[in-house]
Amino acid sequence: MNLAMLLEMAADAFGERTAVSCGPLHLSYARLRSAAQAAARELRHSAAGHAAFLDTNGLSAPVTLFAAAYAGLPYVPLNYRLTSAELEELLQRVAPAWLVAAPGQLARLRLPAGVSCADVTRLLEASCEEGLPLPDEPAAVAIQLFTSGTTGTPKAALLRHENVMSYILGTVEFGAAGEEEAALVAVPPYHIAGISALLSSTYSGRRIVMLPNFEPAEWLRLLAAERITHAFVVPTMLVRILEHLAAQHSAAKFPALRAIAYGGGKMPASVIARALEVFSGVDFTNAYGLTETSATICLLTPEDHRAAAGSAEPGLRRRLGSVGRALPTVELQVRDEAGRRLGAGAPGFVFVRGAQVAGEYRGSGSLLDSEGWFATQDRGWLDEDGYLFLEGRADDVIVRGGENISPGEIEETLLAHAAVLDAVVVAVPSEQWGEAVAAAVVLRPGAAATAEALQAWVRERLRSSRVPERLVFRSELPYNEMGKVLRRVVRRELEGPEGS
Amino acid sequence: MRLIKPGLRLKSAVCATEVMVIRAPAGEASVSCGGAEMLAVGEAPPQGVRLDAAHSQGSLIGKRYVDAQERFELLCTKGGEGTLAIDGAALAVKQAKALPSSD
Repeated sequence: MNLAMLLEMAADAFGERTAVSCGPLHLSYARLRSAAQAAARELRHSAAGHAAFLDTNGLSAPVTLFAAAYAGLPYVPLNYRLTSAELEELLQRVAPAWLVAAPGQLARLRLPAGVSCADVTRLLEASCEEGLPLPDEPAAVAIQLFTSGTTGTPKAALLRHENVMSYILGTVEFGAAGEEEAALVAVPPYHIAGISALLSSTYSGRRIVMLPNFEPAEWLRLLAAERITHAFVVPTMLVRILEHLAAQHSAAKFPALRAIAYGGGKMPASVIARALEVFSGVDFTNAYGLTETSATICLLTPEDHRAAAGSAEPGLRRRLGSVGRALPTVELQVRDEAGRRLGAGAPGFVFVRGAQVAGEYRGSGSLLDSEGWFATQDRGWLDEDGYLFLEGRADDVIVRGGENISPGEIEETLLAHAAVLDAVVVAVPSEQWGEAVAAAVVLRPGAAATAEALQAWVRERLRSSRVPERLVFRSELPYNEMGKVLRRVVRRELEGPEGS
Repeated sequence: MRLIKPGLRLKSAVCATEVMVIRAPAGEASVSCGGAEMLAVGEAPPQGVRLDAAHSQGSLIGKRYVDAQERFELLCTKGGEGTLAIDGAALAVKQAKALPSSD
């Protein structure tokens, strides 16, 4: 079982169809296979233990993904928004490695020893005439994704071929897409949704249209110009698309659009209700999943959306805020703190089980329990019909526009300021981002600093997404008897309208 | 007869058909195509085997094949001329599930 089997089948059955396009460039399934095999052949004879990717969405992303699969190496897409120091540290961790990177990225990096760079032009043009046998190691690592952990040090989530293949084969029918179908991919290549989009589109035969840097006007332009039939967005993108349309006083033109899927963070019910009106007639699907579960585990289907939107009954109407029901191949449970299974309506911790659930980080071993269940670290509850409602992360990671932010590094940065005695950073609800960063700070006696000064302090040291949008001063922070700061108390205080 | 488990890939001894096992109960079974026992990847076909005309309904790439009780499920990864069968009983194409696209 190997991811490249998806491409093998597509290239055998409809090799001349366009697999992927980006601007004026495109590759057919046959060309994609040939380029991936040519790169894999070289990789098999190299010392590389990983195939890393550092660029925005483009044709080289699927070539690198499938080349890694043919070569039997983990595919490691890296976040191009990280600082040079952060990227150098991650590259150090995957060396010896083969790296496919944009020239602009390479210019700002000092590559660690053992990292060799691909020639991107040659990568896209190379051919492999004889074909290449598929490695047959289902338990080999197919994809390694760095996630930001609660400690601030990125963890390497491992997805094995058998996990990812189980997801694709369980949810997608081979060649089911018509030749006219096209999927617009705007999620970055280092996000699990960006990877699963490539794999499921390949297997279904749906042409992928890449949008390297999401921007609402360009997204809307492509809908019409490329006759897009399917699109996936994270909540932040949908908010910006709707705001753009409102500001332009123009109606969206979507001549071929049939379906929009969304996920990657909490979608405010008000936003989805507005989107259903703006994109009337389009099917909406909410997909909930985690990196560790090889993407989607729950779906709120188009029928669910329509039933909820058209209902006056509160129980049904509420389902617009649900992430839907478990896939047929996946089981869900909600448990209390002691691990006891809870019934309908009772909030607790969400657990998931199924062949696609990897639940593993490099160095950690499997985090599945003896019966195969994985703790998602999300809190939520199930209704009578099995619809899952999420309430937030069990740990305190802030999910801002699909990006996981750990409070720890922001707190450390604030604490490094001479005037700051104590600081805690929590998530607060945000219509635009799903969650936003908020901080409560205690100043040293006699010291002075404004909220603006501390925000600037963080901005100078961390990425802009880390800057607390709301920063309040307190005389002390709430602690429990074990000396642990009570984040939930702070969060409740800060999320109210009077929380400043 | 051979041990059948999910993930196992088999190829026909008499046509181009290749399959991957998606689901199977624990234990051994005889998986055949075109009237001849299927082979593991890399295994050479026995001499003299030919496609049996009585077992030549064909297999289609991407289709899932199941037995009457749906205990076994094979994914056809390369199509061919032979009929897929388990323990002598021909398999049927499984109806596609309609899940909405989620990515």
